[in-house]
Order: sequence, then C-alpha cells, then structure tokens
Amino acid sequence: MDFELLLVILVDGLVYSSYLFLVAVGLTVIFGVQKVLNVTHGAFYAFGAYLTAYLIGLWAKGGLPDAGGFFLIFISAAILGVVLGVIIERGLLRFLYDRDEHIAVLATFAAFLVLEDVILLIWGTDPYLAFQPMSLLGSSEIAGLVFDNYSLTMIVLTFVVAFVLWYGLNRTQFGKILLAVIFDREVSMAMGINVTKVFLITFIIGTFLGALGGAYHAPIISVQPGIGVEVIVLAFAVVVIGGMGSIPGALIGAIVVGISRAAAVHLFPEVELFVIYGIMALVLIFRPEGLFAPIKARKI
Amino acid sequence: MTRVLEVHDLEKNFGGVVAAHNINVAVEIGETIGIIGANGAGKTTFVNMVTGYLKPSSGRIEFMGKNVVGLQPRDVTKLGLCRSFQVPQVFLSESIFDNMMVAYGIAERSGLGLFAPLHTEERAAKVDAQLKRYQIDDYRDMAASALPQGVRKLLDIAMATVRNPKLVMLDEPTSGISVEEKFGLMDIIMQALREEETTVMFIEHDMEIVERFVDRVWAFYQGQVICDATTAEAMKDEKVREFVIGQEYHPAHVEGGVHA
Amino acid sequence: MNRLFDKTFWGLTIGLVGLLALNFFLEEWMRSIGLQSLSRGCVAIGLLILWRTGLVSFGHALFFGFGAYTVAMMQILGVNDLFVLLICGMATAGFLAFFLGFLLRKYRAIFFALLNMAFSMILYGVLAKAEWLGSTDGFGVKQVSFIGMTPADDMYRPLLFVCAAFFAYISAVGAHWYLKSTLGMMTMAVRENEIRVEYLGYSAEKAIHVKYVLSGLLAGVGGVIMAVTVGHVDPDSMVYWPVSGDFVFITILAGTGNVGATFIGALVYELLRTYAFEFAPHLWQLILGGSLLLIIMFLPDGLWSIRSELRNRRELRQAKRDSDNRAAEVRR
Repeated sequence: MDFELLLVILVDGLVYSSYLFLVAVGLTVIFGVQKVLNVTHGAFYAFGAYLTAYLIGLWAKGGLPDAGGFFLIFISAAILGVVLGVIIERGLLRFLYDRDEHIAVLATFAAFLVLEDVILLIWGTDPYLAFQPMSLLGSSEIAGLVFDNYSLTMIVLTFVVAFVLWYGLNRTQFGKILLAVIFDREVSMAMGINVTKVFLITFIIGTFLGALGGAYHAPIISVQPGIGVEVIVLAFAVVVIGGMGSIPGALIGAIVVGISRAAAVHLFPEVELFVIYGIMALVLIFRPEGLFAPIKARKI
Repeated sequence: MTRVLEVHDLEKNFGGVVAAHNINVAVEIGETIGIIGANGAGKTTFVNMVTGYLKPSSGRIEFMGKNVVGLQPRDVTKLGLCRSFQVPQVFLSESIFDNMMVAYGIAERSGLGLFAPLHTEERAAKVDAQLKRYQIDDYRDMAASALPQGVRKLLDIAMATVRNPKLVMLDEPTSGISVEEKFGLMDIIMQALREEETTVMFIEHDMEIVERFVDRVWAFYQGQVICDATTAEAMKDEKVREFVIGQEYHPAHVEGGVHA
Repeated sequence: MNRLFDKTFWGLTIGLVGLLALNFFLEEWMRSIGLQSLSRGCVAIGLLILWRTGLVSFGHALFFGFGAYTVAMMQILGVNDLFVLLICGMATAGFLAFFLGFLLRKYRAIFFALLNMAFSMILYGVLAKAEWLGSTDGFGVKQVSFIGMTPADDMYRPLLFVCAAFFAYISAVGAHWYLKSTLGMMTMAVRENEIRVEYLGYSAEKAIHVKYVLSGLLAGVGGVIMAVTVGHVDPDSMVYWPVSGDFVFITILAGTGNVGATFIGALVYELLRTYAFEFAPHLWQLILGGSLLLIIMFLPDGLWSIRSELRNRRELRQAKRDSDNRAAEVRR
C-alpha cells in the first residue's frame, strides 16, 4: 500500500475519530455515573447543531466578524447543557434510577422522540448551514487530498476535552467524589455525599458534551432533521467498544472506529456502512465489557 | 459399593491462594457428615467443586463410582447430588408453590416433554406433599421475597431435594436463623431427608448442632482437612479445638466422653 | 387438558372470530392498520417471551427484516405463494436466530440488548449498500397467491387479512401455551435466578436459546406479513434501529402480562402513529414519545395492568362497603 493513501486514511480517520469521541464521551460519562444508557444524547447533539447553526446565521446576518462563530459554539453548548440537562435529569431521569435499566433506556428513547419533534417545532424542516467558521480557517493539502483546517482543529479539541475530563476526574475534589459515587452509590450516600447533586452536575456535563459535539460539527455538516438518529447509534457503538463508562475507552474506541471506517471508505467502500457495527459485535463477542472496562466492585 | 462420594487429592488454587490442598475424604451411604471450620477455610469452595460450580486444579471426585470432575452443576444434579445455599437461591418474585412447581417440572421433564404444561394435578399434589414434609405448607401462596428467613431456607432445601438425591450438601442451613429456632429447623430438615434415605453433608458453625445431628466431622483449616473423625473424637481433637472451635467451647458431655 | 383451553385461549379465539367478522365491514385503510398491528404484534410476542426472561432486544428488526426480505427475494426467484413465503420467512429468521443464539445466549442485560442492535445494524449496512439486495431503495413486493389461488382484486386484501389473522392467532396461542409449559415457565426462573435453574438440572443458556429462536421465528412471521401488506421492503423501514425501538415500545405499551394484550398494544401503537401522522405530521414522534413516557411513568406494567387495577379497586370498594355495613351494624 502506498504511503500517501496511508496518510490520507490516518488523517481522515483521526478527524472522524474526533467527531466520534466528541459525540460519545458525554454518553459514556453519564453511563459511568448514572448507569443509564441515555438515548436523548442524540437529541442533545442535534440541539447543539441547530442552535449553533441558527446563531451563526443570525451573527453573519448582523455583519459581525466570522470568528465569533467559535464563541457561539461554546455558548450554545453551555446553554443547552444547563437547560436540557436540568430538564431531562430533574424531569425524567431521577424517577428512573431505581427502575430496571431497560426501562431507563426506553424512557430516554421516548424523550428522544419528543425532543426530535421539539427541534422541528423550533427550527422547521429546512436545513441550516453555518459554514462561516470553516471558511474562515481555510484548508490545507495533505498527500494530495484537501482537508479543511476546521476539521483538523477538531482533533485538537478532542485532546483538550479528553485532558480536561481526565484531570477533572483524577485531580480534583469533585472527581474523587464522582469516583466514590461510581464505585458505590449507597455507601457514598451514607458518607454524606449529596448524590442527587452529583448526578445533576454530571448530567449537565454530559449534556454539555453532547451539545458541544453537535455545535462543533454544525459548520461542516448540513444541519437537518434526522442527524440525531444516526449519531446516537454511532455513539453507542463507540461506547460499547471502549467499555461503557470509561473515558479513555471512549477515546480508544473512537480512534479504532474512526481509523477503521476511514480505511473502509478508501479501500473497501462497500463495507463502510457496517464496519463500525461489525467491530462493535466483534468486541462484544470477545470482550463483552469493552476494551477498557472500568473495574467493578465485587458484590457477593 | 457403599461409598456415595470419594474425593482424592483435591487441589484448588486461585492465583497464589490455596483454597483446597490434599483433600482425601469419603462418605458412606446413610452417613451424616458435618463440615466445620472458620470462615475462609475452604468449606464452600469444597462444596462448589464437588457440585461442579468450580473446576478443581487437580484431583478426582467420584460420585457413586463415577468421576464428576468437569461436569456442570446441572449434570451433577441429574446424577443425584444436590445442594442448598448459604443464601437461599429461590425465585423471589414467585410464590412458594410456583417455585416448587418449576423445580419439579425441570426435574421430571426433559427434551420435548418440557413443552408440556407445567401445571398438572399430579405435580401439584407432589408439591403440596413436599411442602408438608418441610412444614412450610402454611406459606404456600406467599411470594418467596416475603418469607421469613427460616422458611426461605427450608424452601431452598425443599427445591434442592425434588429429585430425591442420593447425597445432599447443605451450605450452612442454620445461618441467619435465631438460636431458638435452629434446632427446630434442623429437626425438620433431617427428618425430611431421612424419610428419603438421603445421605447428608452440611456445613455448620454451631457445635451444638453438629453434636446433635452429625455422625462424622470434617474440620477444614486453610484449605485442608485437618480432622476426619467421629463427632466425639473431633470435639476432643487438639487441632480442631485450637483452629476451629476455639477454647471457650466446653460442652459437659464431651468431658464425660459419652455421646451417642 | 382444560388448562390449555383457559380464559386467554378463549379470549384469543373470540378475538379471531371478531376480526374475521369485522373483515366484512372494514374500510381498506382500517384493514391496513389491522394488518400492520397483526404484524408488529407477532414480533412483540417474541419480545414478550424475552422480556419475561429479563432480556430486552434492541435489534429484533434483524429478524423482522430477514422475514420481510425473504419474501422479496423469494418472489425474485419466482415463489409467490403466501404460505410458502411464510414458511421460508420463518425458516430464514429462525435459522439466523438459531445460529446467533449460540452467541447471544451468553449475554445478559444491556449487553444482550446492544449486541442484538449491532447485528441488526450490520444487516442494515449490508442491505443499504449492496446493489443486488436493492440498496436503500429496496424491492417492491407483488401480490401473492393463497395456496395457488389468486383471488379477484377486491377480495385480495380481505383474504390477506384473514390469513394474517390466522397466523397471528396461531402465533399467540402457541406462545401462550409455550409460556405455560415447563420450558416456558423457565422464563421467570432464568430471570429470577440462573444459579437455581442450573442446580435444578437445566441449562439457563439453553433455555434462553430456545426463547431466542422462538422470538426470531415470531419476528419472521411479522416480517412476512408486513412485507406483503405494504408491498415494499427497504432497509430504513424494516431494519433500521428505530424499527426495533417500535417493537419494544409495543411490548412496554401492552405490558408483559398477557399475549392477547400485545395485539391491543400493537393496535393502539398503530392508531397513535396513524392519527398523529394524519393530524399533526410534525408532531407524531412527540405524541408517540409522550405516550410512551406516560406509560412508563404511570402504568409501568402496561395497558394490561389497567385490568387488574380496576379489579383491585372494585375489591377495595367492596371491602370498604362491607366494613361500613359492619360498622353500621355495630352502631345499631
């Protein structure tokens, strides 16, 4: 195989991996702490994309500088994190912590359906485009293939997010509390940890990450109905491959999936659509707990 | 062929931890064996290996002359070696009656017969007889999750013995039961099992229970059997007194040396 | 043998007779709703069996799609009889479930749900990408014959409805009887305590495998009915993950108390979908999702639990009346 193709697959794969990581990391954070596989995550992504595209559109219409788009991406994600996070966690999820895990998945699936239509109600069915931040950064050529620089910044953002999460979890007070709650909810409660608050904060962070994924993608995709449906199963796949609830797992899972998909696209285009699920099935078959399963407390 | 169970050179290591070492024991038909030993001495591991739940690192286990090492619990069960659990393993959301129905259904049916209806008059009658034998018929329609601990233990044993096993291993039948109730509970169990001429082996911490119901004692210590003797002898054994019973236990009749 | 012909059996039989009678009066659009309900109902019965075992599949569109695509492929090969198509659809879905079952029977909880989803998404990817499998457009499904008979045009749909009703009836009665058998009661046993099942002398994994194959067969039946009913198969409406979600939706809606309730659940689902789409095309997902949320929150055991709820209330009222009377007597 020639070197240029390899390079293209690598860069393309890393860009796609970053996309996947940004989408999946919020899901894995919420699963790790709340033990809920949150289908509404797909809607958080869609909300993030829509709000950002909408705001960037307004911004551009007002004749403001294109660079403001980056600011809007983070503002949208933050607003959505708080608003949607509080609504879904307080309004729905907290009633489900004691129920069967399947029920929680289904309830979030139902909420996902509802949110999909709420998006349609707010923004209608027409696609939104918010290319300004992307055209601002221009493009560069790697091995004869043109990559837009904006996509490349996604790789940087991925590592920033991964580092901040790692730092937050391992080097801060809240991280320690979180680990305690993950390890044993009842005991943490007995030790005086306000689990309700921890859950809410985690969920807001998870929602923020989901919305950020959508918001950061908005400039490079056509924001239209149905984007959440596709994203959520991709995120499932990444999270399962990496190990549910593991942040390094999500990173590795995203890289594995991203590179394999890029390889498929450039080498065997006919398997592109299912290579991800193929890997997911293989991982479930040989390592059902995922590549990086978090250590579980033995309860016997 | 009077031996129900023969165990030769049984070994089990978990990583570096020795859970069973050089275990050589045998059980005669009709005997009642008491397994004693501190927590972590390897008693439950032994039961788990004999019933196929754990695979021994090496050694041979013969049940009715047949090597059972490598068999699954379900196969061992079908051969007629059954067990009960320290924590009763029952179908919590169902009534005692349905628990027993399923137990009999699985025991009596195989292959396509499993597609026949579970509820039959004949099977219901058997269930009721078994419930009566274990004196839990008063609780017949109560969900297993709502039962008092003692009743749940009896249900666990009643379910374990639906196949009229040749040998039954009871893992701490009286744990979690108040002192006043222990003897009554053991009376019910032993009476029911003797009716069926079952050979019994049980793990027990209470030495009064052991002395009352057991013919022979195996004392476990750090994965080894340090004493295999009649109950009276075992109670006087130096090692048993030091490692298992502790010095504070001085039953009068052991001093007297008479024990039936 | 009376235990086989119990209330549920007679309820299902009366339901079948009612459907056959109704068939004479139904408008075509109503018949379509009925056919789709019967189709999804069959799949949901399979999910009910798994659900009672404590397992939920987020990927039964895999077997549904297999059944449906078998119809299209067999028609290409020249087979056109509904009964032959049904047997083929069940066979392919059943065999697939049989082979995957060796793997799936080792999985529980969320892993079971997601592994099923992964397999259904692989099928989706294959179907959507392969030209010879119709890619995203899928295939049209022609009118079928009934044991060699080709009815007049105006009799085609009513006859199809009769057949679908019979298939669904047989599936439901079969599933009901199965659930009352020793092996069927092991659904509960495996869900509650696998260790005990093993120590009673049966393999929990084998029990799960049987249930998995049954659920695959039932999903195959549903797929065949659906393909013939809508006259078209394509990956998005037959295999994509929300299709699997809909089946689970119906299971929740109906509750797992009774196989008959599953068809009521499927009908309610179909009506919700049709009417929501008719009157609020932009809001149908919201209405669907909203009702699912309401069910989960307020009727955790599904529509079927309304029945026992009403009975409980009646008994409570009766008990209260009795105690009031007694109190009144005492006062006297």
